[in-house]
Amino acid sequence: MAVETKWAFDRETVKSWSEKRNEPTWLQEKRLEALTNAASLPMPKPDKTKLTRWNFSTFENIDSDQRAIESYSDLPGDVARLAGEESKVNSAIIQRDGKVAHKKVAEELKEKGVIFTDFETAVNEHSDLLEKYFMGEAVRSDENQLTALHTALVNGGIFLYVPKNVEVEVPLQAIFWQDDVKVGLFNHVLIVAEDQSRVTYVENYVSFEKEKAAANIVTEVYVGQGAEVKYGAVDNLESGVTSYIVRRAHVQKDGRIEWALGQMNEGSTISENTTHLLGDGSYGDTKTVTVGRGDQVQNFTSNMVGHGKHSEGYILTHGVMKDEASAIFNGINKIEKGGTKAHSEQTGRVLMLSSKARGDANPILLIDEDDVTAGHAASVGKIDPMQMFYMQSRGLSKLEAERLIIHGFLEPVVGELPVEAVKERLSEVIERKVY
Amino acid sequence: MTASTLTIKDLHVEIEGKEIVKGFNLEISGGEIHAIMGPNGTGKSTLASAIMGHPSYEITKGSVSLDGEDVLEMEVDERARAGMFLAMQYPSEVTGVTTSDFLRTAINAHREEGDEIPLMKFIKKMDKNMETLDMNEQFSTRYLNEGFSGGEKKRNEILQLLMLEPKIAILDEIDSGLDIDALKVVSNGINNMRGESFGCLIITHYQRLLNYITPDHVHVMMQGRIVKSGDASLAQRLEAEGYDWIKEELGIEDERVGQEA
Ligand SMILES: Nc1ncnc2c1ncn2[C@@H]1O[C@H](COP(=O)(O)OP(=O)(O)OP(=O)(O)O)[C@@H](O)[C@H]1O
Ligand SMILES: [Mg+2]
Repeated sequence: MAVETKWAFDRETVKSWSEKRNEPTWLQEKRLEALTNAASLPMPKPDKTKLTRWNFSTFENIDSDQRAIESYSDLPGDVARLAGEESKVNSAIIQRDGKVAHKKVAEELKEKGVIFTDFETAVNEHSDLLEKYFMGEAVRSDENQLTALHTALVNGGIFLYVPKNVEVEVPLQAIFWQDDVKVGLFNHVLIVAEDQSRVTYVENYVSFEKEKAAANIVTEVYVGQGAEVKYGAVDNLESGVTSYIVRRAHVQKDGRIEWALGQMNEGSTISENTTHLLGDGSYGDTKTVTVGRGDQVQNFTSNMVGHGKHSEGYILTHGVMKDEASAIFNGINKIEKGGTKAHSEQTGRVLMLSSKARGDANPILLIDEDDVTAGHAASVGKIDPMQMFYMQSRGLSKLEAERLIIHGFLEPVVGELPVEAVKERLSEVIERKVY
Repeated sequence: MTASTLTIKDLHVEIEGKEIVKGFNLEISGGEIHAIMGPNGTGKSTLASAIMGHPSYEITKGSVSLDGEDVLEMEVDERARAGMFLAMQYPSEVTGVTTSDFLRTAINAHREEGDEIPLMKFIKKMDKNMETLDMNEQFSTRYLNEGFSGGEKKRNEILQLLMLEPKIAILDEIDSGLDIDALKVVSNGINNMRGESFGCLIITHYQRLLNYITPDHVHVMMQGRIVKSGDASLAQRLEAEGYDWIKEELGIEDERVGQEA
């Protein structure tokens, strides 16, 4: 192993690292500005969770010297399984510690003008597009200390660009694998779906080592007029990883986004998902499921903000809590002044499997407009004994009945994921986390 | 398969310290159809749930056995695997679990590990029974009872009966909420089960179900026990005259449980 010098993350280090990567000036400047500002910015403030004792800086490095793995069959089994059988993989990018480990992009995508590439390549080949969108409107560098650090240190991720009127039929897949716990996972996913385009994207975050590590993840999705984006994700970082995750979308007139998020990290996690329904007639749907176990502490915020008229925003959150895990589920439906005829709904349900676990469903309606319809339902409880009796009366053992009920409870997201392999792996993760 | 016998002796059932079933006796054997009728609140559903092992009901006295095996010692799922079945008055909804997945799991729970029902065989059996019950095939892929109408839930209970082929079944108000056509279809399904290896206890308020499924024995339940038994003609008389004549005959003022003292 090479001699490890503690990464100082001062101006000089970031500057020379950016130069080494041949980054355009605008990006280097953006990084340096963010780095300078980071120290004076506040930490994020998720509702009902204090971050004072959270450590998001348990990393020593942001640069990995990992190389690409030429042959699919040489990928570690646990990683390859996420993508599925090689023959069934259409377009997938697999990254290890921010570096491309394997990349397969269908020719037809290129022919249609679709860009699906890793962040580093995108910065060099599509600098103008990146400059326009990266840490632009949806997530800003100066929001808080962690978004600033993200900009300064981003070391991996992907860029997906779908031109106007282009429909991508096959789901595009990304796998972000944190192999070396010393390398911080500063991952950025940027999706731009131009007007009337359509695309489905699904990602996995995964790690296998239990040591302390850090993840700082940002997704920005820009959905053009009449465009449709389906976004699936399974987060499954190991117990030592402290994660800060922000996924946001801006949706223009008649555009649609559907999120299906399997939030299955094993460690401390702050995860925010926000959709701004900017245009009239825009539509947003967030479905998110989680299983908390061990002593992990998590905070999930789902946020639907209606700006345009006739917008529709839906939030569904299902959480299963066991052991001594604790989680806050903030569901926020906001309708801004002027968002007439907007409709918004949320359901939050938490299933408690242990008396020592803590689950808090916290629905918030912030409505600044009269002419809207909104509804919410929240519940925290145990498995319904009548359901158990019903299922056991058909011969299912207590364990089998519980299993079916829990898998069913988490099905809203499992069922939405577009790739069979990803679906199956999520079911396995659920199985492993619950039993 | 040979005939089984469910024997209920002097059964007493309490809920939250209140006695609801008070000395119930009955023997149901393969080949027999018994009907229990009785006014509201006389303990019929309580009896059915208690026999199946509902956790809220406490059995304070008496015994239930299936072919000599002590049923009250068994867990709910063991009772099912021993061959008992309860079609519930209010079946639960289970989100995210399709009717078909649920039934396959249930059938396999009745079989040895490694001897699971082959998928094709399961599908065939499912198709056949759904056809018998005139159920649209979409029900197999819908989540268990979720958003089902009252009548659809009842049909689904009978579908489960036909799929699991129990030895002894208790059907609690399987006819309530069914339209005339559905009543015929469901009765037809139950009649298909009739035979030496199948015994059944039908709880109902209406003679019209018994027009389609002729019972061998009819019992009237009041105040938590059987107060009168007869053959199919008893049900007809109840339909025509109501319960007052029985109450008069036995000197019962209020037939509900907890009213007798
Ligand atoms: N969980 C419970 N808690 C309190 N009381 C109960 C409970 N379950 C049943 N009871 C009471 O026991 C009595 C008998 O109820 P049960 O449901 O067995 O009657 P039933 O004969 O099935 O009536 P119906 O014909 O209306 O279905 C009623 O007075 C009912 O209120
Ligand atoms: Mg009843």
